[in-house]
Amino acid sequence: MSFGEFVRRNRERGVLVVQPRMGFSDPRVMRAGLVATRDARATTVGTLTLDSYTRVGDHGSAARALRDGVALNGYPIVAHPPDTTRRMLGGVRSDAFPVQVRHGSPRPLDIFAAMAAAGLGDTEGGPVSYCLPYGRAPLDESVANWRASCRLLLESAVEPHLETFGGCMMGQLCPPSQLVAISALEGLFFRQQGVRSISVSYAQQTNPAQDREAVHALRGLCARLLPDVDWHVVVYTYMGMYPRTAGGALGLLTGAATLALSTGAERLIVKTVAESQRIPTIAENVAALEHAAGVPAGAAPEPAAAAGGEVYQEAYAMVEAVLNCDADVGNALVQAFKRGLLDIPYCVHPDNAGRARSYITADGRLRWADTGSLPLAGGGGAARRGGLTSAEFMSALTYVQNRYDTEAMAARSSAALPYVFPGRII
Amino acid sequence: MSGHPGAETAAPPRMPPAGRRGTVIVTTVSSDAHTWNLVYLQLLIQELGYHVVNLGPCVPDDLLVAECGRHAPQMVVVSSVNGHGYQEGLRLVGRLRSEPGLAAVPVVIGGKLGIQGGESERHVADLLDAGFDAVFEERAGGMVSFLNFVASIPRGAARELR
Ligand code: B12
Repeated sequence: MSFGEFVRRNRERGVLVVQPRMGFSDPRVMRAGLVATRDARATTVGTLTLDSYTRVGDHGSAARALRDGVALNGYPIVAHPPDTTRRMLGGVRSDAFPVQVRHGSPRPLDIFAAMAAAGLGDTEGGPVSYCLPYGRAPLDESVANWRASCRLLLESAVEPHLETFGGCMMGQLCPPSQLVAISALEGLFFRQQGVRSISVSYAQQTNPAQDREAVHALRGLCARLLPDVDWHVVVYTYMGMYPRTAGGALGLLTGAATLALSTGAERLIVKTVAESQRIPTIAENVAALEHAAGVPAGAAPEPAAAAGGEVYQEAYAMVEAVLNCDADVGNALVQAFKRGLLDIPYCVHPDNAGRARSYITADGRLRWADTGSLPLAGGGGAARRGGLTSAEFMSALTYVQNRYDTEAMAARSSAALPYVFPGRII
Repeated sequence: MSGHPGAETAAPPRMPPAGRRGTVIVTTVSSDAHTWNLVYLQLLIQELGYHVVNLGPCVPDDLLVAECGRHAPQMVVVSSVNGHGYQEGLRLVGRLRSEPGLAAVPVVIGGKLGIQGGESERHVADLLDAGFDAVFEERAGGMVSFLNFVASIPRGAARELR
């Protein structure tokens, strides 16, 4: 059974699929992590999160670390021989337990080749979202690399699945409308490359109502843009500075699960109580999966808001402006960034215009303080003169962390204490 | 930019004119893509009166060496949070210290340097032995000791103003 079909069948049963962000460099630990994910009390998909050396193509350093027994921040799929990866997956990955590769590379060809050699065809990325937040590679080069990678994936895998990472971008402080637009555009890019099973992502931001509006907007846009492919929506638990208390971390995870359930999203990627500090243990990952799976569905998913919402309108305007740049979505994305039609707040990549700015409103919505050259009418009216101070910057970055930690502390339970390192990975 | 109460109530900081004290390079190790840390440190160090050159994500060792040659910085601040900072910091500082012009420039590192949360005393000692002037762990008031360190380095002002 393909990845897309696995998710669809669970959707039909009314079950939310949950998935960790898990990666260890030692194949034995990685296998133990997959087994524990599979056996968790939840409907799960397994993850191989790749390490940073592999992401930047420095496979020599990854191999050296393996030789020296130095643990990495993920699984080095290129440095490990294909047989090692096949053996690591043997008897764990199955029709009932798909395994997805998550990386973050604008130069992913060698990663796709290693996946093919190990028989893996389900992964994640995108020419924009795996470029601007992930290094120094120029955007046009990333687009070319992603075209070639899609080709390789289609040649080497039977029913490959690709997920856009565009719903996350820098992890925080990007207004939802632009996340929706980029996620949809990357989905369209994959479709244009011939990929037929796609998921579109959206990462939880600062305000639950705005997030629900965004997921509905994403669904609405993709219904129009991706009529002839198999697609589903994947929600990411908050990708910015995470709460430091166990209670705060679990509260935010509950919020993400609620977002997924209330919008009919098919899949959820979780975060653990260790997120703010370090790579989580296997046990912490399992606890996060089970916590998310245990969040009650509540009322039936609310109907999609009318297409008139602010998030939908802004996202639609951005998608339209980009698609008008060129018939080829890859070329259109490159041109759009050149012209500032897409512009990610606080992203220092040279191909990002860097004029757009965001702010958090009193009720916690993420809005535009300055729209730069984005195809949107006016700013949020909060544009200000003079530079941003480090303290203001930090207070925006920690808005979510503070809110959830404060809530946990107000509950006056042991969950309010800063989460402490329990010991070992397994 | 934030509606968060703390942002509006903070007293306006009294800032020395930008760049009066010379140039600081803010950088990271070659595998690390995180940039929020770099932007934050850039703002903070600018507020202390330095001109900051922020080299952005995934900085190759050679690029950092070249930029040091171009800017003759008062200090190099290495920030890494992806968990490879310890391994890569050892290599990077060795490279910097082997350059004739960079043997004495203050070079510091901080962030989340390993993948286990908090650095062991041995890791900190290794980094100091390898050539860093200071190592700032995320815990234990790292930012306050960093501000004290910056206050202690020789300033470029005299040279620059002449
Ligand atoms: C946002 C984010 C991302 C974004 C980054 C976008 C971008 N371009 O910046 C995205 C989604 C792309 C991302 C990717 C990855 N991430 Co990330 N990310 C985060 C997250 C959620 C927030 C980081 C942040 O915004 N910080 C804001 C800044 C201002 O704060 P800070 O980084 O904590 O820095 C503070 C201190 O450390 C200190 N400091 C930092 N440097 C220095 C230097 C000096 C000299 C001093 C004095 C102080 C100092 O000052 C800062 C202010 O207090 C953190 C977890 C968290 N904190 O909640 C994970 C986290 C940092 N990421 C992590 C990892 C591993 C990755 C990946 C490798 C993927 C993976 N395997 O999970 C990739 C990176 C790929 C690569 N090539 O490096 C891990 C690192 C684990 C570890 N060190 O043990 C973390 C901790 C998450 C986790 N628990 O697993 N990430």
